Amino acid sequence: MLIDPVTLIAALIGASTPILLAAIGELVVEKSGVLNLGVEGMMIIGAVFGFMVAVNTGSPTLGFIMGAVGGAGLSLIFGVLTQILLSNQVATGLALTLFGLGLAALLGEPYAGINPPLTGNLFPSTMADIPVVGPIFFSHDIIVYLSVLLVAAVWSVLTKTRAGLILRAVGESHDAAHALGYKVVRIRLMAIAFGGACAGLGGAYLSLVRVPSWTEGMTAGAGWIALALVVFASWKPWRALIGAYLFGGIAALQLRLQAAEVGVPVALLDASPYLITILVLVLISSDRTRAALNAPAALGKVFHASG
Amino acid sequence: MMRLEKRPTPSRAWIAGAPVLAVFLTMVAGGIMFAALGQAPLEAIRTIFWDPLFSETFASYSRPQLLLKAGPLILIAIGLSLGFRAGIWNIGAEGQYIMGAICGAAFGLALYPSENPLIFPGMIVAGALGGWAWAMIPAVLRARFRTNEILVSLLLVYVAEAILASAATNWLRNPEGSGFPGSRNLSRHPGTDNPELIAGTGMHWGVVAAFIAVILGYILLNRHILGYQIKLAGQAPRAARFAGVNPGRLIFLCLGVSGALAGMAGLFEVAGPAGQISIDFNVGYGFTAIIVAFLGRLHPVGILFAGLLMALTYIGGELAQLMMGVPAPAIQAFQGMLLFFLLALDVLANYRIKWGREAAA
Amino acid sequence: MTALLDLQGLTKAYPGVVANDDVSFAIQPGEVHALLGENGAGKSTLVKMIYGLVKPDTGQMTLNGAPYTPSEPRAARASGVAMVFQHFSLFEALSVAENIALGMENPPKPRDLAERIRDVSEQYGLPLDPDRLVGDLSAGERQRVEIIRCLLQDPKLLIMDEPTSVLTPQEVEILFHTLRQLSAEGTAILYISHKLEEIRALCDEATILRLGKKVATCTPSEVSAAEMAELMVGKSLSQPARDATEPGDILLHVSGLSVTPATPFGTPLRHIGLEVRAGEVLGIGGVAGNGQDELLAALSGETRVAPGAIELEGQPVGALGPNARRRLGLLCAPEERLGHAAAPDMSLTENAVLTARLRQGLDTNGFVNWRGARGFAQSVIERFDVRTPGTEVAARALSGGNLQKYVIGREILQDPKVLVVNQPTWGVDASAAAAIRQALLDLAQNGAAVIVISQDLDELLEISDRFCALNEGRLGAPRPARGLSMEEIGLMLGGAHDMHDAAEAAS
Repeated sequence: MLIDPVTLIAALIGASTPILLAAIGELVVEKSGVLNLGVEGMMIIGAVFGFMVAVNTGSPTLGFIMGAVGGAGLSLIFGVLTQILLSNQVATGLALTLFGLGLAALLGEPYAGINPPLTGNLFPSTMADIPVVGPIFFSHDIIVYLSVLLVAAVWSVLTKTRAGLILRAVGESHDAAHALGYKVVRIRLMAIAFGGACAGLGGAYLSLVRVPSWTEGMTAGAGWIALALVVFASWKPWRALIGAYLFGGIAALQLRLQAAEVGVPVALLDASPYLITILVLVLISSDRTRAALNAPAALGKVFHASG
Repeated sequence: MMRLEKRPTPSRAWIAGAPVLAVFLTMVAGGIMFAALGQAPLEAIRTIFWDPLFSETFASYSRPQLLLKAGPLILIAIGLSLGFRAGIWNIGAEGQYIMGAICGAAFGLALYPSENPLIFPGMIVAGALGGWAWAMIPAVLRARFRTNEILVSLLLVYVAEAILASAATNWLRNPEGSGFPGSRNLSRHPGTDNPELIAGTGMHWGVVAAFIAVILGYILLNRHILGYQIKLAGQAPRAARFAGVNPGRLIFLCLGVSGALAGMAGLFEVAGPAGQISIDFNVGYGFTAIIVAFLGRLHPVGILFAGLLMALTYIGGELAQLMMGVPAPAIQAFQGMLLFFLLALDVLANYRIKWGREAAA
Repeated sequence: MTALLDLQGLTKAYPGVVANDDVSFAIQPGEVHALLGENGAGKSTLVKMIYGLVKPDTGQMTLNGAPYTPSEPRAARASGVAMVFQHFSLFEALSVAENIALGMENPPKPRDLAERIRDVSEQYGLPLDPDRLVGDLSAGERQRVEIIRCLLQDPKLLIMDEPTSVLTPQEVEILFHTLRQLSAEGTAILYISHKLEEIRALCDEATILRLGKKVATCTPSEVSAAEMAELMVGKSLSQPARDATEPGDILLHVSGLSVTPATPFGTPLRHIGLEVRAGEVLGIGGVAGNGQDELLAALSGETRVAPGAIELEGQPVGALGPNARRRLGLLCAPEERLGHAAAPDMSLTENAVLTARLRQGLDTNGFVNWRGARGFAQSVIERFDVRTPGTEVAARALSGGNLQKYVIGREILQDPKVLVVNQPTWGVDASAAAAIRQALLDLAQNGAAVIVISQDLDELLEISDRFCALNEGRLGAPRPARGLSMEEIGLMLGGAHDMHDAAEAAS
């Protein structure tokens, strides 16, 4: 058999984790009514921060934490510009990506070609050796499990708690939320920082586990794919998980197909994750009513409380 | 606490003044950044902004570079500015630039070794068509399925890069190139070359095209009803529909024009300064042009100046790398910072800042 | 008896305008207190101060004898002050229960909350299903959500901001019943309105504001509506008038017009039929959200329909876009001034081009004649007495009344055959409203057909020749406006089926 499904599933879970983390963060941001297109920039800042810290301290855990801190820090530039200085969210998000890519390249330059400290698996290898179940469920590092827990946590907060209700309300109508006395700007800034931390963690996972090394521009569009995933998921956390795993599956599959040298042009295989993302976006957006119902109504709109 | 108060009418002084102040603040913040990198801040700023134009040693080399680099930036940014004004966000100009270059080069190479003087005009048309066609993908998807054009146009950059890789290593590869990736050199072959028109100025056909685009862009936006409709659609979409503006038509117009201009820019580059299709001939002009468009206030004349300024930072950045060992990516971070400051100052055009205890209610 | 809420010398200034100038009055427990004034008189600012959304510059408030300085709405609610907003405080994509929970400090568990919503809604005759999405509710039902949200907090003072502007006459009756019940239970009500008859029917005391100052207090049942109107406006207004004319030919004929909404919470139009003759004003009444915007969009050409569904002078125009219809003489003025009828950040000159380009010849081969546009803008400003520093001022800089005069004037000066206006005087001060109504009557007098869509029934009765009602996207049969009573109109507005249940629940 050409491709073993069990190793493919095990591989796709790892491949999906960076975009899943970034997507679940962006989902929360968008639920609060803010469109942050700077995911790519925050991811790559997370990647370089995490890498630098992990290499210098020898601790991947510290690397992950600082990756998240870096992403959150960068996201707050976006937060201040869009929420306090009322700048256009699309333009500011793009600026965040361009700036993040530049700054990351600058910071990461001395780190090219270095190997980061290894991140071990959470469960002992005896468990990972169990046939079928082992590779799929027990052969991953802690961040993979954390990402799934994060999806569950975001889902339960959004649907079950008052904090989640307030967040959704702010994303639905900032004017109404303001009239009821909720601090729209503060709530959105917190959501933006959360989104930045998730994207940064996803970036750090790329440089510390997936690749694992630092190269300029290594996110290669992962942030944009995460943005597309949020649309695909219709702003629902579990669907983001499914979408990320589907996408990771395609990415993992095309790498195997390239290695197996089947008769498909390499350019097409290289481009396939992006092409499939576009295709999925088209399918989702053509279903107008449902997409419109789930989208936060205030998404991307500037909020200015006026007397 | 700071609070903002909406101005009844946007301030013209701040609309014009914000970019100048943003450049100044970027120099200050950039100086701090260079100091953090262990460089002398004033010297770095001087090397980037002054030496390329006025230093006796470097100016003779650098000055022509200014137009050479500003040309594609301006050409692409003029196209992007139309869409940005209308709320149609083409951020995949880099991909359209690549596809324009590939199509234009393919046209020229298909007729190789003919030196017919009509080949170069044909390449320009093919380049524009290539960029246009690539931009039509997000346009059709947006108009037909309401698919987000931001994501589609951006994702198509990666697809274009995959196509470029395959062109450079496979179907456009120089048959006499002993297996090295990269096409035949277009700039050294009469008929397909985009030459420097006036020696020592950096002026080539792409720069001419950029100037023409500035003039046409100005007329379109200020005199023609299409320009009016573009502005209206961006500022008040509902009012635009009430005024009879067809949103689909604007999508095709804005994405089509920006794609064609980006494609042309790609062709001029590949037939001139870059010389050949290679796996990484594109240097990110399509992305930097986004900064140029905003820095120029989406106004054609502003874009002209912003393009020249951004070209200067490229050249100055190279110079600083050469003379002071400033890392190359520093200039990219620098450009990003410039955009941040501009967006932050933008608020002053529409709001007054008040200091007081009470939060605006 | 100590006052429940005592206001002393409240002043609040914004740049260029003093919204409230030394306002003092008191509200007793259980009292229904009217706050009366024109648009821009400072009513909103005053209640925002009471509700903690705005801080007064100077002045004190005392609640039950203790100093009252709410820093935010939450603090106001904790002190027993609740408010029902005119708009902007509900979330369409959330359920009734979620909306109510958002307005409470310590909401009970979802199941208990749903139970309490049902209890309170029954107790006060305001039927409501906690699980429905607010976006699917009518304007009257939405208001019930707000009222119940307040009642669940056991407020001592309930502030109601223009509560009847979105209700049918029957719904108004139910609301008044509820408010009287509350007042009898000891809840004070601050009732903000500019509708004099309502205030006379409901309120114990009235405070009248004009240009930010308190000009009078009175007992509404003891003074006439005319006296209160004069206190409110400061001068007596001329009623719009025109000579009787014989209606001419049918100019606009609509039949079988059905439209499915483009947005999730839009209203579908169902088999709408109407005709308007030259020289006639057709009034279309109805509560907000019953298809007014959709009807205007279908008539203006923003929504395309079957060609024959709309005929202008016998010519099918249903499939034509806005500009083609303008060319033929069908002009419209939508409700939303900023963002629909006009672009907020564009100058008045640029906004003239928005609709007047074709009929005024403001372009040649697509090149805009800015001098001509400026001239046209200038003539609108002069003819319709638009107060503005000039033609190059951004539309958003104008006051609501002035911009509305500009928008309506822009269409009227284009000499339309048929003019459709939606909410021509919404949020406009009384003198501007009178000017606009007169301009519409003059237009009809000169042989145009005019359709006025409005929620202001008094306005419609004043200027319409015939009146019909729009309800849930259906248009009722027109009747001569002269001699219609409010009861008859209420039945035509036809919330009847819904109201029937409500009235039963209330009794």
